[in-house]
Parts: sequence; C-alpha cells; structure tokens
Amino acid sequence: MNDKISKTEGHHNEPTKPALTPLGTPPEAPALPRGDEVIHTGPEFAVGEGDVHSAEAGEIVAGSSLWKDAWRRLLKNKLAVFGMIVVILLVVASLIGPAIIKRATGYSYDLIPRENALNKSFPPFRGADGSFSWIHPMGTDNAGRDILARVLSGGQISLMVALISTFVSLLIGISYGATAGYLGGRIDDLMMRVVDVLYSLPYIIIVIVLLAMLPAKTPTGQLAELFIALGAVSWLTMARIVRGQVLSLKNQEFVLAARATGVTTPKIIFRHLVPNTLGPVIVYTTLTVPTVMLSEAFLSFLGLGVRPPRVSWGSLAAEGAQNLAIYPWQLIFPGVTMALMLFCLNFLGDGLRDALDPQMRRE
Amino acid sequence: MSSSNGELLSVKNLRTYFETEDGVLKAVDGIDFELSRGQTLGIVGESGSGKSVASLSIMRLIPNPPGKIVSGEVKLDGDDLLKLSTAEIRKVRGKRVAMIFQDPMTSLNPFMRISKQLMEVTQLHLAYSSAQAYEHALEMLEQVGIADARARADSYPHELSGGMRQRVMIAMALSCRPELLIADEPTTALDVTIQAQILELIKNLKSETRASVILITHDLGVVAGMTDHIVVMYAGKIFECAPTPELFARPGNPYTRGLLRSVPDPTAREQKLYQIPGLPPDLARMPAGCPFAPRCERAEEICHREFPPFVQLAHAHFSLCHFANEVYASAESQTGSRISPPDQA
Amino acid sequence: MLRFIIRRIIVIIPMLFIILSLTWGLIRLAPGNFYTGEKKLAPAVEANLRAKYGLDKAWYVQYGRVLWNMARFDFGTSLKYEGQSVNQILWRAFPVSAALGFSAYLIALVVGITTGTLAALRQNSWIDYASMALAMIGISIPNFVLGPLLILFFGLTLFWLPPALWDGFPSKSLVLPAITLSAIYIAYIARLTRSGMLEVMRSDYIRTARAKGLTEGRVVTRHALRGGLLPVVSFSGPALAFLITGTVVVERVFAIPGLGNYFINACFNRDEPLIIGIVAFIAVAVLGFNLLVDIAYGFMDPRIRY
Repeated sequence: MNDKISKTEGHHNEPTKPALTPLGTPPEAPALPRGDEVIHTGPEFAVGEGDVHSAEAGEIVAGSSLWKDAWRRLLKNKLAVFGMIVVILLVVASLIGPAIIKRATGYSYDLIPRENALNKSFPPFRGADGSFSWIHPMGTDNAGRDILARVLSGGQISLMVALISTFVSLLIGISYGATAGYLGGRIDDLMMRVVDVLYSLPYIIIVIVLLAMLPAKTPTGQLAELFIALGAVSWLTMARIVRGQVLSLKNQEFVLAARATGVTTPKIIFRHLVPNTLGPVIVYTTLTVPTVMLSEAFLSFLGLGVRPPRVSWGSLAAEGAQNLAIYPWQLIFPGVTMALMLFCLNFLGDGLRDALDPQMRRE
Repeated sequence: MSSSNGELLSVKNLRTYFETEDGVLKAVDGIDFELSRGQTLGIVGESGSGKSVASLSIMRLIPNPPGKIVSGEVKLDGDDLLKLSTAEIRKVRGKRVAMIFQDPMTSLNPFMRISKQLMEVTQLHLAYSSAQAYEHALEMLEQVGIADARARADSYPHELSGGMRQRVMIAMALSCRPELLIADEPTTALDVTIQAQILELIKNLKSETRASVILITHDLGVVAGMTDHIVVMYAGKIFECAPTPELFARPGNPYTRGLLRSVPDPTAREQKLYQIPGLPPDLARMPAGCPFAPRCERAEEICHREFPPFVQLAHAHFSLCHFANEVYASAESQTGSRISPPDQA
Repeated sequence: MLRFIIRRIIVIIPMLFIILSLTWGLIRLAPGNFYTGEKKLAPAVEANLRAKYGLDKAWYVQYGRVLWNMARFDFGTSLKYEGQSVNQILWRAFPVSAALGFSAYLIALVVGITTGTLAALRQNSWIDYASMALAMIGISIPNFVLGPLLILFFGLTLFWLPPALWDGFPSKSLVLPAITLSAIYIAYIARLTRSGMLEVMRSDYIRTARAKGLTEGRVVTRHALRGGLLPVVSFSGPALAFLITGTVVVERVFAIPGLGNYFINACFNRDEPLIIGIVAFIAVAVLGFNLLVDIAYGFMDPRIRY
C-alpha cells in the first residue's frame, strides 16, 4: 500500500523528518502544491523568524508566532486580500441582502407579483413598462421574481453548504486520519486501504442516485441530507493529510511527555496532535469549500440538489440556461456571481497556502 | 591556442551578485586567481564564503534571475568565457570544463539510466554514435572503478550506492577529457571511508588525463592531500592564497590561522575544541572595513574602518590583512598547523 | 508488477459488488416506484405490474436475481425505454460519452501541459501571470455556466458552431461540449504542470544537465519533463472520476445522448435496470482507468516498484 501512498504523496521516498523550530515548538505544516485532490507532502520546514541571536551585539530579536507570520504574509499578497474582501462582501450580501431587498422593494426570492400577467421576464434595470427602474437590478425571471433577491438567496444556500458540508468533511476526515496515524501499524494499514479503495470510487454517481431517490420532503430535511452527502464525498483527502501529519508528529517529545503523564489515547489524539495539524487542514479546507460549493451547484443544476421553492445558484443557472436565447440575463447573473465567488475563494485559498508555506512561494 | 603565459585558467576581478528581497547579495566580490596546466587548486571556505558561486560563475551556471555575473574576466586558455555567446559557452561546458557536484543522489537524473546520462555527453560534444557512446560509457565506468560495468550500466541512480553514484558523476565529467575539472565538495555527502577512495580516484584520473582540477571544500584535511595551491575565501573575497605546504606551515592571515586551529588534534589531551567565534556576515549588509574584523582576534581599530590591502608575503603567497606581515612572521616561529600536507611527489 | 496488476483486478470485483448493492439498496429503499406517477393506480393494475417485473417476490430473492444477472452481464430491459435492453443502450451511448470525454481530456492535456510548461519556464513573466490567471478563471467557472455561455456566444450570436445537437464523431457539434468539459482540466493541468516543472527545474540534476552543455531545450524535454509531469499523471486517475460527473452536466446542457444523460434520466425515471447497468459500467471504467494510470506512473518513475 505504501507504493500508492508514496506515489500520491510526492516523489520523495525518504521519510520526512520534522524540524524543531528554535523555540522548540512542534513544526508547522508540510508543503502543499496547487492542484486539486492530488496531495504531495513535501519536506517540512521550520517556520518563522524565531529568535535571532547576533554574535557581537548580543541582542535578541523577539520571534513572532507562526500565525502572525502567516497573517502578515497573507496580507502582502494583494490578490488574496482582494479575494478575501470580495468573499466577505458576498457573504454579508447573502446574509442581509434578501432582508434589505424585501424591505426596500418588497421582492423576495419566491415572491411572484400578481400583476405579472404577461409572464415576461424583465431585463436588468427595466420596469414593467420598459423604462429605467432601480427595482430589478438583475432583472426578473419568467415568473416575475426578482433575480437579485434570488441570487442572494442562493448565496445563503452556498454558504450553508460551505459551512456544514465542510464541517462534516473535517469531522470525519480529521478523526479518521488522526486515529489511523496515531494507532499506526496494522490498523493504520487497514484504515488507509479503505481510504484508497473509497478514493477510486465514483462517489458522486452514488450521491446522484441517492438524491434522485429522495422525495421532495420538507425542504430543510432534504437539505440536511444533501449537505451530509456532500461532506461525505470530500473527507478522504483530509484523512490522508491528517494521517500524514500525525505520523510525523507522534514521535515527538511532547507526545511522549503526554503519554508519560498518563493522558489517554483519545485525548492525545484530539487535544495534542490535532491542533498541530491545523496548518495543512486549513489549507485543504480552502480547497474543499469551493469544491463542495461547486458540487452542490451542479447537483442543483441537474435538479437533484436544492428543490423549489428554495433556490441555489445551480438551480438558477438551470432556469437561465433554458431561456438562454431570449433572456440571457437569467443565466448570466447567477453564473457570474458563482464564478466570482469561486474565483475569489480560490485566490484566497492560494494566498493562504502561500502564507502558511513560504517554501512554495514564487521565487 | 595556448595563452601567453601558460596559464590554463585566469580569473580576474570576478564579481557575482544576487538580487534578493533583502538587498544585493555580493556572493563573489572581486576575486583573482590562476591555475596552471596540470595543477590542482583548492578553494577553501565556510558555507556562504562564495566558493561554490565562484565555480558556478566560471561555467556560467548562475541562475539569471536572481544572480548575475557583474564584472570580471575568466580566461580559459586565453578565451574569456564570460564573453562567449550562449551557444559557445555550451560547447565549453562538459567538453573543456566539467563539473561534479556535492550530492550525487540529487545531481543525477533519477528517471534516466546512468548509461544514457553518460552517453549524452559524448554524443553531444564528440558526435559519437549510440554504439560508440555506449562503449565509451562502459570504459569510463571501468576507469572510475565500478566493477562489472556492463551489468551496472543500465541501472538507475537510486539503485547504486552513494560512492558509486559519485564515481558515475566523475565518469560523466571526464568523458570528453576536459581540460579543467571543477569538483564542488565532491566528498561531503559521502561516508568517510568512501571519501578517501573518491579523492584517490580524482587524483589518479587527474594524472592520467592531465586535467587541471579545482577542488572546492570546507574540509582542510581534504585539501591538504590533494592540492598544489590553495585559495581561502571569506565573504566573497579571497583572504589568502598560497602554495599548499606554505599555507599550512606559515599562514599569513588570522582567518586562515583560525581555520587551521579549528581542526581538532586527536593527539592532544584535554584540549578545548577551538572554534572561530561568531557567524559569517550577512552578504547583503557588509560592514565597512575588513569583513572578518567582527570575529578576528587580532582585529584593531583600523580593521573595522578600512578595507585591508592584498599583501604579498612571498613568491606566490598573498594575504588580505592589515597585519599580514606580522601574522606571517609570527607563524614562522610556531610549529605550524597540526595538519601537514604529505610530501608531494 | 504483474502481481500488482492481478491484485488490483481482483479487488475490483468486491468493490463492484459493494457499489452495486449500495445502488440497488438505495433504489429499493426509496419510497415509491418507477411506475408511480401522478395518478394512483388501481390495485389490480398495480398487482399486475408488480408481478410482471418480479416485484412481488421477497427482497432477497430479487437481490439474488439481480446479482445473478449481473454476473452474466445481463442487465435486463429498461423500464422506461420500451423494448430496449440495457446492454443495447450502453452500447449505443458509451461511444458518445467516450468521444466527448476523450477529446476533452486530450485537449486538456495538450493545452494544459504546454501552458504550464511555458509558465514555468518564463516564471513571473506576463505569460506566466496571464496563463495562471486564465487557469484560475477556468477553475472558477462551473461547466454548467460556461457551456451555455459558449452556446450563447458562439452558437447564437456568432453562429459559428451548432448550439446543441449531436452529429456523431467527429463533427463540429463536438467542439463546444469538449471545450466546456475540458476547461477545468486545462486549468488544473496547467497549474500542476507549472508547479511540477518549477520544482524540477530547481533540482540539482537539471543543473548537472546544463553543466554538461545541453541546450536549454534539451534540458527541458529530455530531463525536466519526465519528472515534472508526474503530478499530472497521478492527477489523471481522480480526474477521470470528476470527468464523469462533468460529462453528465455537459451532456445535459448540450443535449448529447451519452451515458450521462441517460443516467440522469434513468434516475429521475427510477429505471432500475438502467441505473444499475450504467453504474456498473462507470464503476468498472473508473477502477480500470485508475489501474492504467497507476501502471503508467510505474513506468514513468523508475523509483516506484510495485
């Protein structure tokens, strides 16, 4: 099994030795290159500026913490900062936007105006009589519902997906990976073999079947299943990464110390080891979130995800695609919004990765 | 074409700088040396002294951003290598000047059989056919002491031991009978027992092929047995150069003295290990005055203020120090270093 | 190596078993049936239907029958498409999807590797920034947005390419779907190639190659590419799994009669034999392809010994 692991975890066959930083704290995250779903664990590095001792001068420059360093580096990366700002804006807009619009214009994502007898979709910034109007900045759909409200409402769904599904994936992945890594030996082998097997399955296909079979029950209930299903798709790589980290951490002194003082195994795993795997976990989370959002979107596009009356960017795109030739704005707005969100998330993710791991930075 | 004064390699005022976030790093800051045919020159220094950069500069292998050979002249048999076009310098590399590197594991292509890596050189420079190149490769492997060359030739680098890999590198370097071989820390990554073998090999091959050798190392023991002439580098500058026996017997520079004293003496009992205090300087922020002054036990006020002169102490012996003569003189009266180079044949 | 291959092939069987059982279980456990429509059927009619399709037997009998049939590659007849056996449908639809997927990945490899290599060799130049920016866009635009946009632009505005039809292969109707499907892979492959090549170009053995006097071109093609492309090879395995889901969407958008489209329809129609047939097919294809990729990787990296 080691062959598969060594293959997908980089062509360094030598075991990586952790380096202690000058402060004697456990090492930071290993390197992760770009490229989704294929993880190479590269050599670890001693992070941060730490203590600098100048021979003659005898002064000590105080070290900064690992996180502060990373944060500083992140801020220097203009693209990442831009991405972060846009993401925050979108999040805020999705959270409070629909309420504001309801107050301002009375429209919400599912409000069908009664006067829309013509069944016509309005282009952006046009009112019922064709003149300029602020009411529908993104136009309306075939039933007269305001698209802006629908897009922002779809944003809420995406947010929920991002949070819940990623949480599920983190939960399963970290527990599984940390346990496998710590217990080691046969159990580790077996657990990772299961992961390898699951890794090569076309998961989504089964998820599609699952979702297709579920009746449109209460919207919330069905949402819950959707999120959990999505989370269950992406825990595998997280498990691998965490396991790799734990493997290299578990022989360190602080683990020995914990064992010597009688800390129980689960506590060791969760209280001591897991916090030190945060680096790569954060990095992988930045990959998971856009992936999971995308999955939800295309499932909704196919009609399997979020069901009416709720909207998601995917279902909006599906509606828009049908009327593409005559009312292109119905597709363009949700589509561009989604692309923008993913775009900025990816930049932010790249930036976080660069910040947490300077070795991979462009030189 | 032979040059006017019989020197194979003549380096004058070589400066190689690197542009970094922290400023301009003057890795090599004005060095001069010469190498005659058939001679072995040792370049000694701590990490960061610029010795590797100097050798890479000779072959123009400095990565262009961020490094740049800012000025200087590197004449190989009269031809200034720094002035050649890219195509021309490629014809020199591997053919007239060859280099072997420190870590043979990473310096050989892990995806290519060693036979192919050997063949590449002769196919390129000598226009050998595949068959010729293959036979030649086998010959070279045998010459560097790899037993059973025919069986081994098609292996991959990771299938060989460290010593064998370094031999393969040497074979690769000497394939076209270069005039100059540059060996950059050839034994540092190897076991001690293998080190001696590799050095012996280089010595023998050198006398067989009549190549000149530049041996770069931080290990004085290595240089003692192998070289005719030594150049001591520090902070991108040459601090001392002298014929090998002279350097060990009568160092003319406090830095060299410090280096010699740092070699532990297995015979002396209850001796505290000596170490030159401090760390090498930050090459992007060099102090005025002598770069070694902060760590030098002899340093006086002038040393921190003024850059020292390059003083001639004897025929081929120069030292960069304000007090070169004093150091040289006081060395005469001492028994000298614990390492003495063996009598050279 | 041979033992490795055999081991992997053997593993496929139990995995297939699990997948198919899972699928079958999901279909059966779900409330309702394929014939459930808007109308409520009269009990007699319903009883007849159940008898006809063997639904009146105990579940384990039905399960057993399904497994038995599968072992004989008999997936039965579609419940929705009258008279067509699942095998017929598979036989017809598979080449379509294969043509689409294959062209898409080929485009992705060619464009992605070239772009990534160029970006790595000209690091921090405008080529580098531009291609990485494009790559980022490629990753961020979902295929169900890109597809319609391409249709809108090239099909309905410029009238260069047909909007949504299927003409067999090869034909102009393949262009837009293939491009749509390939977009995200071009992006991933370009990025992977770039980082892989950057890492390789920094290694010592590239310096050795240059020290031997090789031209930069030879250094890249003979020495760097082999190692630099390894990440792309190992990416290709999981990529296929994604490609399948991408194909499903793209086929929907462009109305292409491939496996993906049939699959979704089957799911909505609760066409059990067809669902199982397609899932089995996809599972075998994915597992088989992953094995091929692993073998290829073994050939490309001599340090790996299976």
